This record gives sequence, structure tokens and C-alpha cells, in this order.
Amino acid sequence: MKSIRDYSSGSALENVNKAIAEAKADVDFHSLLCLTEERAIARAKKLDDGGKKGRLHGVPFVVKDNFLAFGGPTTAASKMLENFNAPLQATAVERLEAEGAICIGKANLDAFAHGGSTENSAFGPTKNAIDKSRVAGGSSGGSAVSVALGIVPFALGSDTGGSIRQPASFNGVVGVKPTYGTVSRYGVVAMASSTDTIGCFASNAADANLVMEIMSGQDRKDMTTLPDFWRDDYAFTKKKVGVIKPFMSDSVDIEVVSRVREYIEKLQGLGYEAEEVDLPMAKYSLGMYYIVTPAEIMSNLARYDGIRYGHRSKEAKNLGEVYTKSRAEGFEAENKRRIMIGSFVLSSGFFDAYYLKAQKARTLLVNEFRELFKQYDVLVGPVAPTPAFKLGENTTDPIKMYLADVMTVPASMAGLPAISVPAGVTQQGLPVGAQLIGDYTSDRALLELAEQVEGVI
Amino acid sequence: MSVYDDYDMTIGIECHVQLATKTKLFSTADNDARDKEPNTCVTPIDFGLPGMLPVLNREAVNLAIKAGKALNAPIARVSRFDRKHYYYPDLPKGYQTTQMYQPIILAGYVDAPMDDGSIVRVRIHHAHMEEDAGKLTHFNGYSLVDLNRAGTPLIEIVSEPDIHSAAAARAYATELYRLMTYAGVTHGDLYYGNMRFDVNISVAKKGSNVLGKRTEVKNLNSFRSVERAAEYECKRQIDLLERGERMIQETRGWNDDKQITTSQRSKEDAQDYRYMPDADIPPIVLTDEEIERIQAEVPMLPGEYREKWAELGLDKSVINSLLANQNYARVITEIQEKSGDNTAKRVAHWFSSALIAEGSGSEADETPVDNVGMYVSIDDLTALAEMTEKAEISSTNAKELFNELLGGARDPRALAEKQHMLQVSDEGAIGAIVDEVLADPASATSIADIKAGKDKAIGYLVGQVMKKSKGQANPGLAQKLIREKL
Repeated sequence: MKSIRDYSSGSALENVNKAIAEAKADVDFHSLLCLTEERAIARAKKLDDGGKKGRLHGVPFVVKDNFLAFGGPTTAASKMLENFNAPLQATAVERLEAEGAICIGKANLDAFAHGGSTENSAFGPTKNAIDKSRVAGGSSGGSAVSVALGIVPFALGSDTGGSIRQPASFNGVVGVKPTYGTVSRYGVVAMASSTDTIGCFASNAADANLVMEIMSGQDRKDMTTLPDFWRDDYAFTKKKVGVIKPFMSDSVDIEVVSRVREYIEKLQGLGYEAEEVDLPMAKYSLGMYYIVTPAEIMSNLARYDGIRYGHRSKEAKNLGEVYTKSRAEGFEAENKRRIMIGSFVLSSGFFDAYYLKAQKARTLLVNEFRELFKQYDVLVGPVAPTPAFKLGENTTDPIKMYLADVMTVPASMAGLPAISVPAGVTQQGLPVGAQLIGDYTSDRALLELAEQVEGVI
Repeated sequence: MSVYDDYDMTIGIECHVQLATKTKLFSTADNDARDKEPNTCVTPIDFGLPGMLPVLNREAVNLAIKAGKALNAPIARVSRFDRKHYYYPDLPKGYQTTQMYQPIILAGYVDAPMDDGSIVRVRIHHAHMEEDAGKLTHFNGYSLVDLNRAGTPLIEIVSEPDIHSAAAARAYATELYRLMTYAGVTHGDLYYGNMRFDVNISVAKKGSNVLGKRTEVKNLNSFRSVERAAEYECKRQIDLLERGERMIQETRGWNDDKQITTSQRSKEDAQDYRYMPDADIPPIVLTDEEIERIQAEVPMLPGEYREKWAELGLDKSVINSLLANQNYARVITEIQEKSGDNTAKRVAHWFSSALIAEGSGSEADETPVDNVGMYVSIDDLTALAEMTEKAEISSTNAKELFNELLGGARDPRALAEKQHMLQVSDEGAIGAIVDEVLADPASATSIADIKAGKDKAIGYLVGQVMKKSKGQANPGLAQKLIREKL
């Protein structure tokens, strides 16, 4: 894997050429959907010609292909947007470019970010960086694998219910899902508005910290962004971590639990006291998530109607068919499943029983977390119940696939920052991630803590 | 007694008001699409591109707060936006952003004056903010989409079913229009659909405590069509029921050429809009201070003008005609405050006759409230009124000068002098002319008549004096002198 420091000596053009060569060498893993080669090289040459040197001067990166970015289509890994060329760039991409970073490609994902394995991509799955027979995780699988393979030192992803943390865990890289509202969602294909967050993958916590610092901060184009808090003096003073008991149960892979325990021991070595804590609402999180999120997905995908842009069926003979056939052809099975669930839970007469109830339960979950953060700096647990599973293993059983999100959705539903950090590997050599969940806006402190742990041998 | 008298009609009106903001509700696109090429007032947000997020226009919120004042309605301290889902090519996001659960304007009322002088109070259930959709133009075999109007801020004012006649429906619509334009909430250009009325109508046998099934006549954009559609629908429904047929709950359209309503779609199998909160837009949270500060900017509203002018003893018809122009109303009130009731009353009558002359009196209230092109100086108007009061100028000439002032002329005294309109009130000068007239043999008959007690005959003599003085003699003085000299 590469770190940002590895790019400090070379020229921007050398860096970009190296990254593009590495990307082209990835013929097995399918981490990227396209290279933005021409634009990347042009930008590199321009940067080498002089001008202000930003903090990421000449550093190559990739973005999940649900970020609007120049240099290639923004497909969201769907046939719906296969030929969609964005007329503008996401705020996150703009901010990184302003610091001299160079986007060299667009990474694979589950279509519209729906999934936890990148198997739902309309263009074929991404394979796990450590074991090609296994999934990359998802939905930001391509981004995680491109960092794990050393193509780029960092990659952007979006995390709605675990889409950064889980592939980070499966590929042994650092993955950051920030506090809701930390990074502008402007220019990122929306999945679920109330839990979508923009974050990153990196090989180490310090790099992730720098990338997040650059991307974070209020954006007038996204009303839900928070004022910039990244440089605020947030420090962990309680020196206590809570180990989330229901996440360490027998239903979780024993090796995963062991690696996480070892990670906790390192935290203890740094002077943190560890106590088991309960999170009774956690077991309802998945239920809440798979009501609220599909509802928001149904709504956010309504714009893909074949009228103004995106796929339009050639078979359509009237307006009704433009809608039904274009959407039937343009969306993947998982997209359709979630649209149907969302339509159902929002339908007249069911709103109170499902959506409203889920939102009330969400408030209870938020309250439980709030109570815990009165006593603990950080909550710790695994990211996923298992290491990366086999390709095809869960594709026929959506419930089993959804269950893989059980430990990542609570922080998403509560809007809390959560990071996935490498905690070692299984006997088979598969990476295991530990998840650190912090209180609102403790993001930087979480990453600094992870950096400290990285220093512990 | 006709069969129509056996029924009561019940009407509730939903009114969409386009807000007079510079930009759209959630984007920086120009909100004034009048006479613009299709799809030129559009940003990626209005186009519903992937990854676009709404940015709430605070000016629209401020106008909604002002509308609340005009509707006598409190403003919600917390209000939110929701999404209403349906598929149509003029709706780029596949949902309309609106306020379903927590609207910004709470319950209020409108007091609408009827032609007979009575007042109809119509309660407002609530009013909410929402975005307008675009526009489709259908051709043979294809349709074109224009998104210039997509995202235009609206408030939808929902009345209670408190209206029980077509005339009251019209009175409510008219008053609502005046309130919204006076408060500066909308430009009020009815031709461009700045205000559109959806009229819900049902009929029930007199004495019944159950309302009948209703129909909704959508998208009416004049007060007259509101009235006619209500009349037509009421009669149609009664005829239907009298024939023993079943009323269907449906949406109907108004055919202005034929003056009839026609069925558009049944509401029996109502569409499910799958409303949900819009997580992209944080709640609008307002403090009492903010609301007060914004509402303090609302100028005088029609009701307040009516109250003020009641002291002037103006006719209701004069008052209504004056309210057709907010600038006139403002000027009259300013004169009333500066120079007193008499001066104001005189000016009010001038304005009123000018408005009736240009055809926008109380009868023809379809004309938009005209708030531009008013350059009359209050000082000039006051001067003209005072000259008239002091009989320095005849009332006929005063009206003429008033029209010149409206047309942009200045300084009424100079105008009067130039046109020899100033009345001569010098007794000596007029006395000389009177002597001349009385000596004229043509006056003999009139003189004889007056002496015989036919007092009206003096008119002829005064007329002669005026003629000889080229209209400049003070007629009152001339009359007095004639009497003295006879």
C-alpha cells in the first residue's frame, strides 16, 4: 500500500503515470470502472508548470463512481447512468483538487451504492484485494481495493449504512465515515439523504485525517453541512472505551472477535480503560435502517425517469412505458428491491406504522448513544460479523446480505462518526477491521487515536 | 321556488400564489420566466441532475411570513419540507418539495367584502410553501418540456369550506389577491398565472348536516372564472342529483370559451403521493423577533385602508376602485395624514374617476394591481386640491389638471396659469363683466324670469359671465354679484 508521503518527491506527472500504470495492471480485481487518464495527465502537467503547491500536490486518488467528477462518465455503476457525463464536480472533489490532488479514475461500487459486496455493479463485481475468490465488500468496494492494491494512497467513498467501513474492514485499510454533515454531499449521487456521508479510504489514519480535514466544512450547496469543526480542540478526556457487548456475541465470527479484542488491548496499553456496554436498541437498528433507507432511496431514485438524461428505453411507445421500461432496464435487481420496499413503507396508511415508527426508534437509539458518550470517549466493536465472504455466497439471500450491515448501521442511523481500522488478519490471512464509534464531531480525535494505535507494535 | 333553492352550496378554495422572489425556491435560477426562451431559467438543481441538493431561498420564507400577516395567521416557529411523489415530465425530481406535515402558515382568516357591503369571513386552514412544476406543451405525437417555472416558489393557501355562494367565492378570491399583492408577496400577474385558484364545490339539500360529494375545478386564473365555475358546477351538480344520478368525486377543468367545466380525472382511486420528510432541507426555525421584524415591513393592507377611508365618507364602490391601485391608495392615505380629510377625499374622487375611466374600477377588477409608473407628486396633488378648495380653479379644470399630473406633468399652478384656468375672484373685474351681461338685451328674458321668481334662470346669466371671462370667473362670486345688482 502507498501513503501520501510516498508522492512527496516525484513530479505530479510521474505520480500520475505511476498510478495509471498500477491501475492498468489491475486486470483481475476490477477496482476501477474508468480511468480519467487524459484529464489527470493534463492536470499533472499544469501542476508541474508551477503555481501554488497544495497539501496534496500531485497526489493521485480515485473516487467512487457515484461522485460527479470530470474526465469520465459518472455511472453509479448502473446502466441508468452508463453514459452520464457530469457538467460539474462534487464539492469533495473540488476541495481535493484545490489542494493539488489528481483524480485518476472512478471506482466500482454496487449500483447506486445499494449493497455490501460490490456484486450489484452493473459492470461486474470488484474482487477482494487479498483473496480474489472473495468479495471486496461494499458498496465502496472499488475504492477500498484500489487503496489496498496500492494504486492510489487514498480514495473517496460514501457511507450510508457501512459502505466505507465494511469494505475497509474486508481489505485491511482505514475507512472513515464522518459525523453526518461533515463533508458536503453536493455532487454525489444521493442514496439516502438522512444517512449519506462522504468519507475516504487510506492506508493509514494520518493520511485519512488529512484528506478528511480538506474535504470537511460547511458548503452553501448542501444545507445539511456543519460548520467546519475539524480543527476544533476535541480531546478524549474520559480515557474510557465501551466495548459494545451485542457486537461481540457468539453469532459473530470468533476470529473477528479475537482480533477486535486484541485491538482493545492496544487501546488499554495506551491508558484507556475498557468496559463492556450494552446498546439495547442496536438490534432494532437494522430494522430501522431497512425502512428509512429504502424510503429515501425510492424518493432519490425517482428522478431517473428517462426524460432528461440517463437511460431511456428504445422500446417505449408512450409516456408510461418511458418510465416503466427505462427504469426496468436501467436499474439493477437490488435497486428495484429497495424501491419496492420504500414504496411500500411510505404508502398511504402504512407511513405511521413503518416510517414514522422507525424514526421514533431512531430517536431512542440516538438517546442510548448519547447516554453512553457521557461515560465513554469511544465505543468499540467489529465492523462486520465475518471477514470477506465468498463471491456469490450471499447474492441469492438478500436478508443474509443485509445482516452483514448489522454493526455498521447503528452509527449511520445516529449520524455518529465511525471508522474502520485494520485489526489484524484471520488464520486464512483475511483482514479484520475494528470499528471505533465516537460522539458527534469527534472525528479527528478518533483518527488521532487510531494513529496512536498504529504506533503500538 | 326553483329546485336550485332547495340546495346549499359549499365551497373551499385552494390558491397557489407565486412568490415575488428574484430566484427560485431552491436554486439561483431567475424566478421571472416571463417572455424567456424555454429552459433558460434553469440550473442543475431545477433540472434534477444527480447529486444536486436544494438550497432554501430565505427571501421566499420571508414572503411567506408576510403572507401570514395578511392572512391573520400565526407563523409556525418550526416548519419543514416534505416530498410529494409522482411521475410527470414537468416534475424533474420525481417529487414536488412541499410542506405536508408542518406548514409555515397556521390557521387564519380573510374578511372579504361583498358588493352589497356585507363581509364574508373565510377561515384559512393553513398555507404552506412549495415549488411549482414546469410546463408541457403538447404537439402532434410528442410533447416538449419547459422547466423555466420548475422550482418557482409558491404558497398554497387552503381555505376552510366557509364559502356558500359563487359571489362570495369571487369576493374571497379578489380579496386574497389584494392581500397578497399589497403585502408584496406576489407580483399578482394573473395573465402569467401568478395566482391560480382550485375551487372545491359540493351541494347538499338544505338542512342536511352532511356535505355532498365534491368536485375540484382546477387552475382558474381570474376572479370571474372562479365565480362562473362555481355557478356552473353548483347547477350541474344539482341537476345531476335531481336526475337521480350519482356524483363522482373528480377533478374538473374550466373551459373559458364555452363557460363550462369538463371532467379531467376521477379522484375515487386517489393517487398515493407517498409523502415523506425531505432530509435535504433542515427545518425552518424562526424566532418571535425574526417574525416581528419581517412582518413590520408589510405595508398597509386593504382592510386598514378601508378603515381609514371610512372616515372620509367615501362610497364602497369608490373605495373598491381605489384599492385596485396600491400606489393610489398609498398617496391618498398620505394626503389624508398630511392635509386632512377634505383634501384626501377630493383626491380620492379624482383617482376613482380616473380608474373607472381606464376601466379598472370595481367592476373590472381583473386588472393586476399596478404598482409601477406612478410618478405623481403628493405635493402637486395637495396643491391642486387646495386650489380647488379655495375656488382658484373650477372643479372641471381641476380634473383636467389631475389627469395631466397623472400623465407626468408637474406644478399645477403653473399649468393652470398657462392654460388660463385660474379663476378671477376680483369683485371689481367680475362686477364689470356682470354689468356687461346684464346690459346685454339677450339677457332681458332671464332677468324678467328671475324677477318673476323663476330663480333657475340665473344659470343662464352666470353662464354668460363665465363665457365672457373665458371660464376664469369664479362662478359663485358671479352669482352673488348678479343677485346684488338685480
